[in-house]
Amino acid sequence: MADGLHLDDITIGKDDETLIAIDARVAPGQVLSIMGPSGVGKSTLLAFLTGTLPPAFDATGHVRLDGRDLTGLPPEKRNLGILFQDDLLFPHLSVAGNLGFGLRGGSRAGRHAQVAAALDEVGLAGFGPRDPATLSGGQRARIALMRMLLARPDALLLDEAFSRLDSARRQATRRMVFDTARARGLPVVMVTHDPADAEAAQGPVIRLGDADPLRSNPT
Amino acid sequence: MSPLLRALPALTLLAMLGPVAAGLWGALLPAFGHLPAAGFTGPSLVAWQNLLAWPGIRAATALSLGTGLLTTLASLLIVTLITAGWWGTRSFRALERLLSPLLSVPHAAAAFGLAFLIMPSGWLVRAVSPWLTGWERPPDILVVGDPWGLSMTAGLIAKETPFLLLMTLAALGQVNATRSMAVARSMGYGRVAAWLKAVFPAIYAQIRLPVYVVLAYSMSVVDVALILGPSTPATLSAQIVRWMSDPDLSMRLVASAGAILQLGLVVGALAAWRLGELAVAWWGCGWASGGGRGRSLDATRPVALGLAALSAFAILAGLLALTLWSFAGLWRFPDLWPDGLTLRSWMRHARGLNDALADTVLVALTATALAMVLTIGCLQSEFRSGRAMGRYGLWLLYLPLIVPQTAFLPGLQTLLLRVGADKGVMPVIAAHLVFVLPYVFLSLGDPWRAWDRRQATVGAALGATPTRVLLAIRLPMLLRPLLVAAAVGVSVSVGQYLPTLLIGGGRVATLTTEAVALASGGDRRAIGVFGLSQTLAALLPFALATLLPLVIWRNRRGLHG
Repeated sequence: MADGLHLDDITIGKDDETLIAIDARVAPGQVLSIMGPSGVGKSTLLAFLTGTLPPAFDATGHVRLDGRDLTGLPPEKRNLGILFQDDLLFPHLSVAGNLGFGLRGGSRAGRHAQVAAALDEVGLAGFGPRDPATLSGGQRARIALMRMLLARPDALLLDEAFSRLDSARRQATRRMVFDTARARGLPVVMVTHDPADAEAAQGPVIRLGDADPLRSNPT
Repeated sequence: MSPLLRALPALTLLAMLGPVAAGLWGALLPAFGHLPAAGFTGPSLVAWQNLLAWPGIRAATALSLGTGLLTTLASLLIVTLITAGWWGTRSFRALERLLSPLLSVPHAAAAFGLAFLIMPSGWLVRAVSPWLTGWERPPDILVVGDPWGLSMTAGLIAKETPFLLLMTLAALGQVNATRSMAVARSMGYGRVAAWLKAVFPAIYAQIRLPVYVVLAYSMSVVDVALILGPSTPATLSAQIVRWMSDPDLSMRLVASAGAILQLGLVVGALAAWRLGELAVAWWGCGWASGGGRGRSLDATRPVALGLAALSAFAILAGLLALTLWSFAGLWRFPDLWPDGLTLRSWMRHARGLNDALADTVLVALTATALAMVLTIGCLQSEFRSGRAMGRYGLWLLYLPLIVPQTAFLPGLQTLLLRVGADKGVMPVIAAHLVFVLPYVFLSLGDPWRAWDRRQATVGAALGATPTRVLLAIRLPMLLRPLLVAAAVGVSVSVGQYLPTLLIGGGRVATLTTEAVALASGGDRRAIGVFGLSQTLAALLPFALATLLPLVIWRNRRGLHG
């Protein structure tokens, strides 16, 4: 039942002060952009979605994905892919090791084939044995994306995922992520401070914390 | 989070503080005349009467206070002046590289080394004899073991200076010294004055507990006192150990009273130090806001460099003397070098060395492995619950390092004796754990917490359970700090003297207990062999901790910051 990602009446607060209040639905293939200056708790919202919110915060509301209620689930059971502004490739694993990390089950040969195909898809065929630290920023971003996709997530979360890339790379990577999401019918929540990101996403935009965090209405 | 992981912090506290509390309790009863096993039932003041009747009591009390306060003041002063005068310079980095490995040199080895330098037949006298002094025989002066405990204090200063320097360097990571210095110096403050007025207060707040450790430790140390300290009368802590090993069980009452006295002295000295801190802070605030540019203070820079270099030299040259003596053939006074080098001493002690090494390794590896598991468990539990250890947690970590060993180990031994658990290596391992745990925790805590927790989020998003995130991502990424923490644990255990001696009841002989036991005999070749072995046993793990990550992650540039 692919009816997208529902953020039902979510409020996140700390010390009796509400930081975020949001109620939204993201359809499959659609990108919801969350905009706002740094420090308004955009990443806190994503931490709530992934289930990694520190206990100092109080949160209410529900996250539902294709009819599944994720709210109480541990992070590893949520099936949400996430990309941060740093690629966060595991530095102790090879490129292939990173890609294989998220693969579920399958034979050895099958996993090998999937990793090789993924590398091929992003134009990095033969990079499997490489040390991720020897790759360029753009190459690393592509590996991080493929690593996330190979785990077959049901939705994507982007935490300033493009802000570290130079502008040429940024457009290409952005297009690749959005196209993939659309092709696979994945709902996307993107947190960003860059209006160009939101524009390229061609989806709804929510602005947080312009004046008062309480008045964060969807536009 | 599994119940086991949830229970680990409590278990760790118990392993660390349980023996301390039990040992203090076990000293308190006999100190007031209650030791049924030896036929004494209290309460009575007989132990205190006997303690006060001991002729050395005044000297021992004064020695404990004197060596403790002098060592702490001097090493803190050297460290403060050297960082104030030289931080950020090439000389400072050179000194830092020189002093860091010296931290793991065991106290006993450093003390023996210093003794080999400064005693009448030591290297320093040989270097100037007979051409300058005219001495054909060692002069008859009491240097090592002087009644004021000065050589003992010198040895402690040389050993505690690297410790406080490393603690200061760690504290510098939390303090923005570069900016404060830039601001102060742009206003015309001298380098040293700028540091003292703008940076030092923040640094001291961070190194306060390590300073307390130095004070408590140098007031009550036993192995260094047996090697460099006076013997008639001995220091209070050395005398406590002597009473503990007396076949007359009634002496245990006196030892217990001594243990409580030693604890009281340390608590009193800590309180006095705290008052001193407040006074200096009150005066210092006025001094700092008084606006004096204090450029003349920069005249201390060469002095500070000289003192720090001297403390490094004392240990390095001492180790060289130990090494040379262990290989020395005939080496007459006043020759600067031995006539020849030989393996004879090593061969003669091969068996004893082997046995001691086996016990040392067994105790050190087991205690370190336990400490690593408990520490990782605590840190993981902290990470999973998202609740950080507070200020009190840090105090609890430092507590076993601040309570003097001679205050609680005698009582612990008495308790173990009573329940018949005073045999074998397990109690020794448990006693070592009390000291290994805090150091392992302090070593691993910062790098563990500095790890980017988004890596865990990424791992979980890829479907990895917390256990898989720990085993497949976090531990491999933290290999280097994990190995360093293990090396710290091993070197702390290797250096322990009193826990092995008292809790092992003489049945567990490590390189350290064997080396210290040689102190009274004066066989320099044997001391050289055991002292050097002890040093190597403490240093080798650090070499491994440096080399292994380079080899294992040789193709992983991202892990070599």
